[in-house]
Amino acid sequence: MKLFAPLAALCLLATASVSHAADPNLGRNLAATCANCHGTNGHAVKGSGMDALAGMEKAKILQKLADFKSGDKPASIMHQISKGYTDAQLDLIATYFAAQK
Amino acid sequence: MMLMKRRDFLKVGAAAGAMASLYGCAGGGSARGHVVVVGGGYGGATVAKYLRMWSEGGIQVTLIERNPTFISCPISNLVIGGSKTMEDITVSYDNLKSKWGVRVIQDDVVGVDSAKRMVKLAKGGDMSYDRLVLSPGVDFMFDQIPGLNNAAAQSKILHAWKAGPQTIALRQQLEAMKDGGTYAIAIPKAPYRCPPGPYERACLVANYFKKTKPKSKVVILDANEDVQSKKGLFVKAWNDLYKGMIEYRPNSEVKDVDVATNTAVMEFDKFTADVLNVVPPHRAGDIAAKSGIKLVNNRWVDINWLSMESTSTPGIHVLGDAIFPAPTMPKSGHMANQHGKLAAAAIINMLSGLEPNPAPVVMNTCYSFVDEKNVIHVASVHQYDAATKVVQPVKGAGGISVARNELEGKVAMGWAKNIWADMLA
Repeated sequence: MKLFAPLAALCLLATASVSHAADPNLGRNLAATCANCHGTNGHAVKGSGMDALAGMEKAKILQKLADFKSGDKPASIMHQISKGYTDAQLDLIATYFAAQK
Repeated sequence: MMLMKRRDFLKVGAAAGAMASLYGCAGGGSARGHVVVVGGGYGGATVAKYLRMWSEGGIQVTLIERNPTFISCPISNLVIGGSKTMEDITVSYDNLKSKWGVRVIQDDVVGVDSAKRMVKLAKGGDMSYDRLVLSPGVDFMFDQIPGLNNAAAQSKILHAWKAGPQTIALRQQLEAMKDGGTYAIAIPKAPYRCPPGPYERACLVANYFKKTKPKSKVVILDANEDVQSKKGLFVKAWNDLYKGMIEYRPNSEVKDVDVATNTAVMEFDKFTADVLNVVPPHRAGDIAAKSGIKLVNNRWVDINWLSMESTSTPGIHVLGDAIFPAPTMPKSGHMANQHGKLAAAAIINMLSGLEPNPAPVVMNTCYSFVDEKNVIHVASVHQYDAATKVVQPVKGAGGISVARNELEGKVAMGWAKNIWADMLA
């Protein structure tokens, strides 16, 4: 049931989309690039020491990413990875993870 | 047994399909069809799971894998170094079957008929597909090293560059070696699987020698002109941790071996080791060439970066180490997993009558152990560029560790647990 609301929104997007428009699942696809370390849909393996992003407040995720990008938050690797994504992409990623239960 | 599995598979597929139609829309839930995935490694297992998950069970997925369980190449150098066991790097396919409804078949694909959209299995006969995903990894070009081009030689001079029986066998050779002996690893010219892997292995073998056989030596025979990844960090580890134990020889391409004496033969030089570990040059796994798809330099599969589909053969997508890589893109398990998701998203769109995502992104992280606790990384992010039609590395992003550290040793194991779960749990 949890999938219903975002999918309904995506249906609207999909009917409006043409080949050059953004993919209706862009946020999902971008967030999936994080799953190698942060778990499928942000559900990190318990006890793995990685941040579980599923259900984390969007503003909190975005603040963390902004701090990594600016260098305000010390990191071993995220300062290098966050710089690879545009702010618009990070917004989609944070939106997707925040919506995960 | 097989019948039961097939019936369960169809039941799961039908139930999930009904669910998908309840919630379905053009975004993914309406995708239908049968996708056959060849190879259950980092790429193949990922695409199988994500096709089932993202199509909400609408797409039927059959994964054909010759091994009974997944054994990870990343972390396998710790088994060779003696601080991890095979059990630590082995993961079952059970969750792919029971949780995700993937039909997993242990068999070999011996041929592909891309016109009829059929694959031929060694034991299981013919199987039809709507879309085929090849994630075959690499096979070795033993013909480039004539003395190694037979089974007896290959059982003595190991590559251990596919995790499995050779991982154990190399560990046993190292254990049997006397103190004061020499281990040599020969690295092929790039591109090869896991650019930092050979240098990590040299560290972990030296770490084992330091503790148990301190008079022993490690020699790196590199066909390349320099260290291919994380050079400064590896050289510092060799100097700080293994002073006088590791010798690095660039421009040392092994052209042949003398099996009887364990000797590597280079153009102008020879080297005899107690344990000789030769990683031969590789190319895309054999099934790629057998399927008739276009190979670059007769070695790597040329793909469309929006879909991972072969540029020559519609309906066949190729992932992982087998592809002709984009600029600066390493052949790594992490990258294969990312290819798997890119392909899954594209296939679902294509089976729903939509174009693939026009703006895919993939990224890579690679952790190398320089001893059993300290790790160094390299990371990169690659965004699709419409002008070149290739995913290009993002300038200013990515990079390497400042210095080796124990924190990243913990992160590396966290990475392993999460990526294995992302593929298989």
